[in-house]
Amino acid sequence: MTMLKVPAGPEDHGQGDPNAGCTLVEYGDYECPHCARAHPIVKRLRKHFAKRLFFVFRNFPLGQMHPHAESAAETAEFAGTKGKFWEMHDLLFENQDRLGNALLRELTAELSLDPAELLQALEERKYLARVRADFSGGVRSGVNGTPTFFINGQRNDGSFDNQDLVEAIERVLTASRQ
Amino acid sequence: MATILTPKTPAPEFTLRVTPDQKLSLSELRGKPVILAFYPADWSPVCGDQMALYNEILPEFQKYGAEILGISVDGVWCHEAFSKDRHLHFPLLADFEPKGEVARAYGAYRAADGISERALFVIDKNGVIAWSYCSPIAVNPGADGILEALEDLSK
Repeated sequence: MTMLKVPAGPEDHGQGDPNAGCTLVEYGDYECPHCARAHPIVKRLRKHFAKRLFFVFRNFPLGQMHPHAESAAETAEFAGTKGKFWEMHDLLFENQDRLGNALLRELTAELSLDPAELLQALEERKYLARVRADFSGGVRSGVNGTPTFFINGQRNDGSFDNQDLVEAIERVLTASRQ
Repeated sequence: MATILTPKTPAPEFTLRVTPDQKLSLSELRGKPVILAFYPADWSPVCGDQMALYNEILPEFQKYGAEILGISVDGVWCHEAFSKDRHLHFPLLADFEPKGEVARAYGAYRAADGISERALFVIDKNGVIAWSYCSPIAVNPGADGILEALEDLSK
């Protein structure tokens, strides 16, 4: 059984109640088409489980395969320092087909952030260490591709279709009640 | 699932083609840890498949001075195309003729399917197996076990 080595904590980007019965951690890559497919599924799960689910997203950019994945992750982290991580996270997945520096600037402006500041941060690779730390923790936890989900710390080796994830989360919630 | 060789077993020696005009022997790598990653086939239709993942993690393996070798029954030309397509920065060995001979030696061959298991071996600098793991064929084992084994070897 493959377990998450780095538990969800205050350093993470999370949505929902950190004390919810179930914590879902996703390791994802903004340039990965499978992650883009998982994005609306996660939204449905959050709606479905509401207060019973805490969702955490961590970066796992496959930079050798996806040339824009790392800069996209850094852009989300940049927005995160301005309190707009999730807004940027959504925009990146929703506009994945146009990923590139022009889009990153455009989305930054759309969120009323300063594109020049972003460019400088990207140039200095200011948020790369944070992104790499996510990646490294993921590798040690047995992340084996993107997206990889952990449900209450346990790697989900099943599919990430909506119904399969609903059932896997229900099982965890039921078990935690007993 | 096949029964793979276990820790403390000397790693069976082999010489396989790594490119159309180059061969590699395990013994050439004596003196550093070697990760031997058997996998079923090139061109798995997923993002971040096993070999692509190792490619991303290469710097973490290199911290331990380790060499990683991918190995499947695919031929050299297939490996070359796959490697080029995925920008892999480590060698893929062709266990092609006699087919699966090396996989058999490590107990990692699925005779019924004609492919190798997803079996991982970490071999120490003296050529002895330090850690091995066979994953269910459909599950990419990731790299956590490999890194733990390398960590243990470096102690």
